[in-house]
Amino acid sequence: MAAAPISITLDQIFLLLRDWLVGFLPAGVRPAAGAVLGVIAIVCVFPGLFALTTVFERKGLGRMQNRLGPNRVGPFGFFQPIADGIKALTKEDVIPFRADAAVHFLAPLVLVVAVFMGFAVLPMGRNMVLVDMDAGLLFFFAMGASTELSVFMAGWSSRNKYSILGAMRAVGQMISYEVPLLLSSVSVVMITGSLSLTKIVAAQNQYTGIFPHWYVFTPWGFAAFLMFAIAATAETNRTPFDLPEGESELVAGYFTEYSGFKFALFFLGEYLGMFSISGLGATLFLGGWSAPLSFLSVVPSWIWFFAKVMAAIFVFIWMRGTLPRLRQDQLMNFAWKFVLPFTLLNLVVTALWRFMGEGWARWVVCTAILAGAYVLMGRIEMRRKHFGPRSYRYAE
Amino acid sequence: MLGEGILKGMLETAKNFAGSFVSEERLTTVEYPEQRIPTIENTRVFPFLVYDGPDWQAGMRCVACQICEKECPPKCIYIEKSKDKKPDFVGKMQIYPARFDIDVSVCMSCQICVEVCPFEAIKMDTQFELATDDRFGDLLLDRHELAKSNEYYHSIHPAEAAEVDARLAHEKAVAEAKARAAAEKAAADAAAKAAAAKPEMPAVGGR
Repeated sequence: MAAAPISITLDQIFLLLRDWLVGFLPAGVRPAAGAVLGVIAIVCVFPGLFALTTVFERKGLGRMQNRLGPNRVGPFGFFQPIADGIKALTKEDVIPFRADAAVHFLAPLVLVVAVFMGFAVLPMGRNMVLVDMDAGLLFFFAMGASTELSVFMAGWSSRNKYSILGAMRAVGQMISYEVPLLLSSVSVVMITGSLSLTKIVAAQNQYTGIFPHWYVFTPWGFAAFLMFAIAATAETNRTPFDLPEGESELVAGYFTEYSGFKFALFFLGEYLGMFSISGLGATLFLGGWSAPLSFLSVVPSWIWFFAKVMAAIFVFIWMRGTLPRLRQDQLMNFAWKFVLPFTLLNLVVTALWRFMGEGWARWVVCTAILAGAYVLMGRIEMRRKHFGPRSYRYAE
Repeated sequence: MLGEGILKGMLETAKNFAGSFVSEERLTTVEYPEQRIPTIENTRVFPFLVYDGPDWQAGMRCVACQICEKECPPKCIYIEKSKDKKPDFVGKMQIYPARFDIDVSVCMSCQICVEVCPFEAIKMDTQFELATDDRFGDLLLDRHELAKSNEYYHSIHPAEAAEVDARLAHEKAVAEAKARAAAEKAAADAAAKAAAAKPEMPAVGGR
């Protein structure tokens, strides 16, 4: 350990720390204890990141709207999440009289557990993956899909019209966008030939000169990344796809009837979902924990992973500060008439890329097909749409 | 092209985000307890009672006519008339309010009391920080708490207060002129009566 260069020690610092801690235990329980330590780390780090993100989001949104955002609690308002947490914990936990109490209680727990499970397979640094599963991607999507269950549990058990409307919207939206989300990741699997997330990162962790082989820098990868980003936004119920909790229409959507700490759990689940889907996006397209330029590899790998996740979170916040909410029919049209056909086309293009072999020809062909399809589909979609001042029949 | 509008919008918010760190003028809000935007001339929050001179009890313009109490839509004013009288600004003897209470939590800042008051005694305050931790005692303001000097009125609504003062001065001048005229007339009448008392008597009696 003393012989290893400082950069490698820093890179593997958490693993070394874990091994050192586990070393105090008898040999028989070491693997189990190591796994428990990994779980504890994940369960501590991501909620901590969630607390930081809430305050950064509020400050960032404020800046985008030309105001300051929260700046009262602690230095620059950074203790705001503590105040929020105390508020959530001390609030009354209301369960509606007619609600299905058991399901109502379980829904937030199911959500948070299902979201946490996704982190198990994400490689957060070199060798830093809790469970190195061969079908990691599959496991991730299975866990991601089970959040829909908890959303529907919450909406159904609350016995409230807004809750059930929000839950219906959420389920419809999540299932619609699950398809392009999966299909856009399939292109990565087609190229890598593996469902293992560590192998996907390893395949991208190569450099030509100083530039990395990230999939986002290929035509099919860029298109798949865009579609993945759109579907991920919809999957995590973020603006402009936040119809399930549209405040102006549905109070708070499926968690209308939740208060206090259960509400905080839903909030936590939503943000953890953002982190995990950003982590997956970074792993699939942005090279996971690999450095953006070859000589930057001296910086520890986990820093790159978390930097990419936080950059993705910033884009989420940026979009929230910019875009208004879609209508339900626009949302569905967009999923089924634009995103899905485009991901299907992208699968064909990926196959073409895979079998055209090395050389500049595949760059030209794939880029031309995708760009042409994008422009053409945009034209067709917007052909009969008239943009301009709206005319109101009754409200003049 | 598809997505162009989204990119334009994102650029706009990015400009706001970056600009807010650079130029203070972009920020449209003020940090309230430390910084305040001065209230505009016509700000109205809650009524107060105007008094002239140094003593609030002697100078109270209110004559307890109870018009405001009757006109108040949410009925937040409670007045008890006094048994004795005190001189008003013209010098005329008037009753005054022995009790004058307004409930802050009921008042809806409509200014109707101000509009109906014939004595310019009740006006709207600009003070808006009326929060209190005692909801039973501190939300019901009595006449002492409501009484504010005419100078204060001038400081919050200068134009309106000047106009009111001019009107009151005019009224006072008219009243004084009238009183003087009446006094002169009375004196003249008395003199005339005294002079013409004897010769006139039969004629009057004959009528």
